[in-house]
Amino acid sequence: MKGKVWKFGDDVDTDVIIPGRYLVLTGEKELAEHVMEGSNPDFSKKVQKGDMIVAGKNFGCGSSREHAPIALKGAGVAAVVAESFARIFYRNSINVGLPLIEAKNTSKISQGDEVEIDMDKGILRDVTTSEEFEVVGLPEFMLQILQSGGLIPYLKENLAEIKGD
Amino acid sequence: MSMTMAEKILAKAAGKKEVGAGEIVMANIDVAMTHDLTGPLSVESFEKIGVEKVWDPEKIVVMFDHQVPADSLEAAANHITMRKFVKQQGINNFYDVREGVCHQVLPEKGHIVPGEVVVGTDSHTCTHGALGAFSTGIGSTDMAMVFATGKLWFKVPETIKFNITGALKDYVYAKDVVLNIIGTIGADGATYKACEFGGETTQKMSVSDRMVMCNMAIEMGGKTGLVEPDQKTFDYIKGRSTKSYKVMKTDLDAESLEAMDFDVSKLEPQVACPHHVDNVKPISEVEGTDIDQVFLGSCTNGRLDDLRSAAKILKGKKVSDSTRMLVIPASREIYMKAMDEGLLRTFVDSGALVCNPCCGPCLGGHIGLIGPGEVSLSTSNRNFKGRQGSPEGEVYLSSAAVAAASAIKGKVTDPRDL
Ligand code: SF4
Repeated sequence: MKGKVWKFGDDVDTDVIIPGRYLVLTGEKELAEHVMEGSNPDFSKKVQKGDMIVAGKNFGCGSSREHAPIALKGAGVAAVVAESFARIFYRNSINVGLPLIEAKNTSKISQGDEVEIDMDKGILRDVTTSEEFEVVGLPEFMLQILQSGGLIPYLKENLAEIKGD
Repeated sequence: MSMTMAEKILAKAAGKKEVGAGEIVMANIDVAMTHDLTGPLSVESFEKIGVEKVWDPEKIVVMFDHQVPADSLEAAANHITMRKFVKQQGINNFYDVREGVCHQVLPEKGHIVPGEVVVGTDSHTCTHGALGAFSTGIGSTDMAMVFATGKLWFKVPETIKFNITGALKDYVYAKDVVLNIIGTIGADGATYKACEFGGETTQKMSVSDRMVMCNMAIEMGGKTGLVEPDQKTFDYIKGRSTKSYKVMKTDLDAESLEAMDFDVSKLEPQVACPHHVDNVKPISEVEGTDIDQVFLGSCTNGRLDDLRSAAKILKGKKVSDSTRMLVIPASREIYMKAMDEGLLRTFVDSGALVCNPCCGPCLGGHIGLIGPGEVSLSTSNRNFKGRQGSPEGEVYLSSAAVAAASAIKGKVTDPRDL
């Protein structure tokens, strides 16, 4: 995965990602039109497919709205890199198939840099500065969900087993 | 093995004798709540799984509270979607536009008892831990899985136990205590953890105060809030629920337990300043800030205790001409009790607007939005940028008493100075 960086700070909350007044919308494209508009009104117009968000700690804090990762995915965001994530956002992102990458020292990455992620090797590289960052791996169970493309396809594949337990 | 309350509840729900923090378990769900705003996505996801019927309609609760009555065609369409779903699936626990905010109505209607696992497509589902349930917010896709299977995966959390001691001064409330805790440990201070509130101060608190504390566990990143059930819990549940339940308590030598002490005997009223809930200051540092709107309500502080403390301050006084005040009781039950006690009369007399039970301006999607440059003082739980309307607006958070005093002066006011 390789893409251009959109930089955000600490504690990016779900009201910033997608404000409450747009929650009546459920379509990926409609939600994407308003994504991050509270914090960066240009974002939704200028973000390109494959771009990545790089932020500080506690990304996605706040509401349980799944509209948040859906809006980001709808806007073409390929992955979110942050020092830490809020838990409901974390679950929701994995469930809708939006990859999240936990990495230290993300403040060294700048707006507009190009970054490359090797999920298998667990390495994040800032191509612009040639700096490398270590990535915290996902638990096996969550990797399986991501590999299936999200929780729904995962469930479809494993429904009988989960129900029967 | 010694376990925390959270671990014991999850072990029981997963059909295991013991579980430890960090372990991923598949737990059986006892109560699954969804509402008008996150419900439609849950239904859409459920339909994609291709299962016809939900696992158990009796364990599902559907609430309309975020946009009631419908304020737009989109909201009306969402309501239609959910009414259809409820009918189709034979869900009896359905509360249409009249009943109030989910996190108040669920305990009121007896859906919450100790020792159960409760999930809701709303982050403040952690409120219900006040009655000793493991209760947490999930997304719509997670809910679709619950609808289809009655199960959901959880990473068993570690627990922070807040030992709260000391008698609260006059005009200092549970809201001030929890804001103080959040200000101290930060918005991510308890990420992924269960936040258990204990100590003599918590024991003395009413169930409604305990709900205030558990409600805000998510604002420090917590997975759930919890309070050990006691006689107050049992008294609250009696007459509301016919479910049998099991009381589970934390073993103090549990491995995943971390303790934090808070002495609140000297605590002053607290205010969370824009734009983060952990930007908490004692009221003396914020006093005098002009406010355009006061909102008394929400699943944090829209309960009878809150309305009473606000009405006591507002009685015989007027809301300042330079501000406006919205009073929104958290539920119909509270609304009616407030009516019987004459509280609503006091609010209307003082010039406040009393609205129907709902979330109101709390989420900035329904009534009472603030415009660019406006400042809101709110008894709710979040002050994120744009939370109550314009991203150029500002939101301060406080107790009901501070809200009432501030409405009279049109600026942030310490109720002890009136
Ligand atoms: S009152 Fe506010 S925080 Fe509570 S459920 Fe409604 S929108 Fe959410």
